[in-house]
Amino acid sequence: MNQDHIRNFCIIAHIDHGKSTLADRIIEMTGLLTSREMQEQILDNMDLERERGITIKSQAVRTVYKADDGEEYIFNLIDTPGHVDFNYEVSRSLAACDGAILVVDAAQGIEAQTLANVYLALDHDLDVFPVINKIDLPSADPERVVNEIEDVIGIEAQDAPRISAKTGENVHQVLEAIVNKVPAPKGDPAAPLQALIFDSLYDSYKGVIVFVRIKNGTVKKGMPIKFMATGATFEVVEVGYFGAGQFFPCDELSAGMVGYITASIKNVRDTRVGDTVTGVENPCEAPLPGYKKVQPMVFCGVYPADGAKYPDLRDALEKLQLNDASLFYEPETSVALGFGFRCGFLGLLHLEIIQERLEREYNLDLVTTAPSVVYRVHKTNGEMIELTNPTNLPDPSEIEFMEEPMVSAEIMVTKDFVGSIMELCQERRGRYVSMEYIEANRALLKYELPLNEIIYDFFDALKSRSRGYASFDYELKGYERSDMVKLDILINREEVDALSFIVFKDSAYERGRKMCEKLKDEIPRHLFEIPIQAAVGGKVIARETVKAMRKDVLAKCYGGDISRKKKLLEKQKEGKKRMRQIGNVEIPQKAFMSVLKLDEE
Amino acid sequence: MKNKTQEIYVHIPFCARKCDYCDFVSFVTDDDTKKAYFSMLEKQIDIKAESAGSLPVDSVFFGGGTPSLVDAGYIADVMEHLRRRFLFTEDAEITIEMNPNSAHKGKLSVYRSAGINRLSIGLQSTVDEELKRLSRLHSYEEFLRSYDLARTVGFSNINIDIMSALPGQSRDSYMGTLEKVCELAPEHISAYSLIIEEGTPFYERYKDGNGLPGEDLDREMYHDTKRFLLTKGYERYEISNYSKPGFECRHNVGYWTRKPYIGFGIAAASLIDEVRYSMHGDLKRFLSGDFTEEIEPLEMKDRMAEFMFLGLRLIKGVSKKEFFDEFGVSMEKVYKEQILRLSEEGLLADGERIFLTEKGLDLANVCMAEFLPD
Repeated sequence: MNQDHIRNFCIIAHIDHGKSTLADRIIEMTGLLTSREMQEQILDNMDLERERGITIKSQAVRTVYKADDGEEYIFNLIDTPGHVDFNYEVSRSLAACDGAILVVDAAQGIEAQTLANVYLALDHDLDVFPVINKIDLPSADPERVVNEIEDVIGIEAQDAPRISAKTGENVHQVLEAIVNKVPAPKGDPAAPLQALIFDSLYDSYKGVIVFVRIKNGTVKKGMPIKFMATGATFEVVEVGYFGAGQFFPCDELSAGMVGYITASIKNVRDTRVGDTVTGVENPCEAPLPGYKKVQPMVFCGVYPADGAKYPDLRDALEKLQLNDASLFYEPETSVALGFGFRCGFLGLLHLEIIQERLEREYNLDLVTTAPSVVYRVHKTNGEMIELTNPTNLPDPSEIEFMEEPMVSAEIMVTKDFVGSIMELCQERRGRYVSMEYIEANRALLKYELPLNEIIYDFFDALKSRSRGYASFDYELKGYERSDMVKLDILINREEVDALSFIVFKDSAYERGRKMCEKLKDEIPRHLFEIPIQAAVGGKVIARETVKAMRKDVLAKCYGGDISRKKKLLEKQKEGKKRMRQIGNVEIPQKAFMSVLKLDEE
Repeated sequence: MKNKTQEIYVHIPFCARKCDYCDFVSFVTDDDTKKAYFSMLEKQIDIKAESAGSLPVDSVFFGGGTPSLVDAGYIADVMEHLRRRFLFTEDAEITIEMNPNSAHKGKLSVYRSAGINRLSIGLQSTVDEELKRLSRLHSYEEFLRSYDLARTVGFSNINIDIMSALPGQSRDSYMGTLEKVCELAPEHISAYSLIIEEGTPFYERYKDGNGLPGEDLDREMYHDTKRFLLTKGYERYEISNYSKPGFECRHNVGYWTRKPYIGFGIAAASLIDEVRYSMHGDLKRFLSGDFTEEIEPLEMKDRMAEFMFLGLRLIKGVSKKEFFDEFGVSMEKVYKEQILRLSEEGLLADGERIFLTEKGLDLANVCMAEFLPD
């Protein structure tokens, strides 16, 4: 098919504004699939994604549209992950497109993520055209939203299709807009191969399936190819394009096309998102711009609840990593928790997703330690270490200074909650940058915040303090010098390594106190009194006590009761088995997790 | 089998009102249901007697519920039925639980002539305020009348149930209860510390501990019990049980020394040839003739564990010799670690017999759980 008849595009939207529903309608209305084949939301094919209502891994779908001009067009719809954790993947997906549909909720209007995504799309020189969705809602106000788009984003929106992706109303206008507003790809099919990787997937039969946008040249079966960033070379086994949820092999992919390559690749780490694929025999001169190696931003210890399951956890992580090059892990050992792994994630959502998948898909019972960002520790001897595990913090006497990662955050919030959100940002050591009203009732707040302050419960706090009306987006800004200390928790005077964490010096007391209170509730009473202490540099700053147990006896026990009472004792014994022994204190697994969420009331 | 006798338990699952702290299986029903229950009970006795052992019965216990609530004729009939089916020892201990307000002379006489020779009266407290908070229907006055009546009719072996750590109870008021009870000189006193059981109205009311004596006070009352009763000639022989010498409750001691027993009625359990049977607690099913029981054959490790954790309820604890005689292996060999650990904690005393210390008795669950099989 001629390049003139190809349209490569994506849909960008704030979460819940209807991206997946519109994608479904487009696929449905362009054929390729019958209605019967339609799953409810085709692009989201992982259970977890469905439940969370978000798309984690980007995917692409090729459909055929017969336009009003009588011509057939190939639509390559490239889906983008909708969360800030996956910003880099979003940017690579955008780079694979020539245009973007901006979906905005007709009732809610522009949100923080809308803006972030639009700017990202504009950065990639995409032609963005808006669509107003959910006009079937009683609270819909499309004209207000049109004006908002023009005022805030500055793109023409008067003739934006007003649609309901849910009912299908006016979606036809979107299809025509794709043909007319998304530019056809350019590129020379005869030039040396230059293909952008925007995603990859591990398949146990085919190996890694690499998702590419061919910028220049042509790739076909049998051709030796090279991944420019990693230097790995392979011979192409198959090329093809994407149906909905299935792969259709074809003879070749040429400039302007979107499709996949397989080449018996065993490891996704060889096929990094953003890398350029070229030919071994006739390589291109330079890789496509924009590649960077994604770095995990949030780390935590992941341990099997049952120590014997350590090999299972290792296997599971290995398997997950096959599909997720951004997941990092390395073995570590904790005195309290035994053998486990230090894992690195793109963000807290990524962490939660991986944790849930380990528990759900691999049936593992996990204990995770408090998430931590990567600190830079500058030692007096001039050495700099990147600290991912608080317990590895060198002795204070060896530390010259420390740096912590900062983010630039944009928070969009209705007028009534500006005050409380500003307060929240101040509490989290935020630095005010600016505030502008994007419409009479809504403000865009810009703050610089330490990443460390937003990985715990910032999202929750934001939501509760704005009654759900605030939206939030951030990007990593860089490192800044900061006064950090290691807070240690001592249970019955023994330090529990898995509970140590790095905290801003002035917040140490507050957090230490909360930790002690929480642990006091979680640690069952023993035969003796147990002091729980929080300490910085060996100095105790907070203390709670678990009183000694004085009564645990079944007053009455008669014949009919023996089985029942035995079960009760068994439960007691079983509960004990599932505890971690620190010195002579037994700590339930739950206690380690409970301190992760020290939510304010 | 070394056992020469066995025991019988009969569950009477009826009450005039369900007490707010009670988690035993019991119902408030009409007379027809009660009548139907007793007729099914006799059927069940017939069926079960076939498979039960032929050992003579040396104790019977009518528990509930409130066995004294129902017409005494039913109880007499059950006794007669049991005597037809089982051999009884001459001095068999035959107990019925009684509520202070459900006794009258005629009823007590029927019990006597049916061979019942021991009464267990649920007094709980001599303070009417406390009784009300327990949702008991009787007053202390009513109890006194019943007690006198029982003595007049000729009962010479009476147990009185009392409770400590009740809502609103002070140490003084509990001492008052102890003193008044001792003045009556019953042969046996069961002194329970209130346990808030899940699924009872008390659980909802007191699960966070508000309104209850604190744990320290609870333990003080508990320890007062022992000290005071000792001065009055009562010996503590089990966690919550005290008696004049020779008046230990034979039936309950049987449970703790794993004597065979046969239970009749809903929610009753049996231990026959090292198999534990538990009847469901569904009155309707029982009345339709459904006598299916849950069956749990006890393996060697279960039997050993029971020997330990049941035996340790007794103040004298468990005998190493008896353990060896029964299982052919020494207690030290099987439970070396546990005995050592608990002794080190000061919860267990080790000698010819092993038994729980004062502290061990307060924390009996912690100790007993140690002996369960892995």
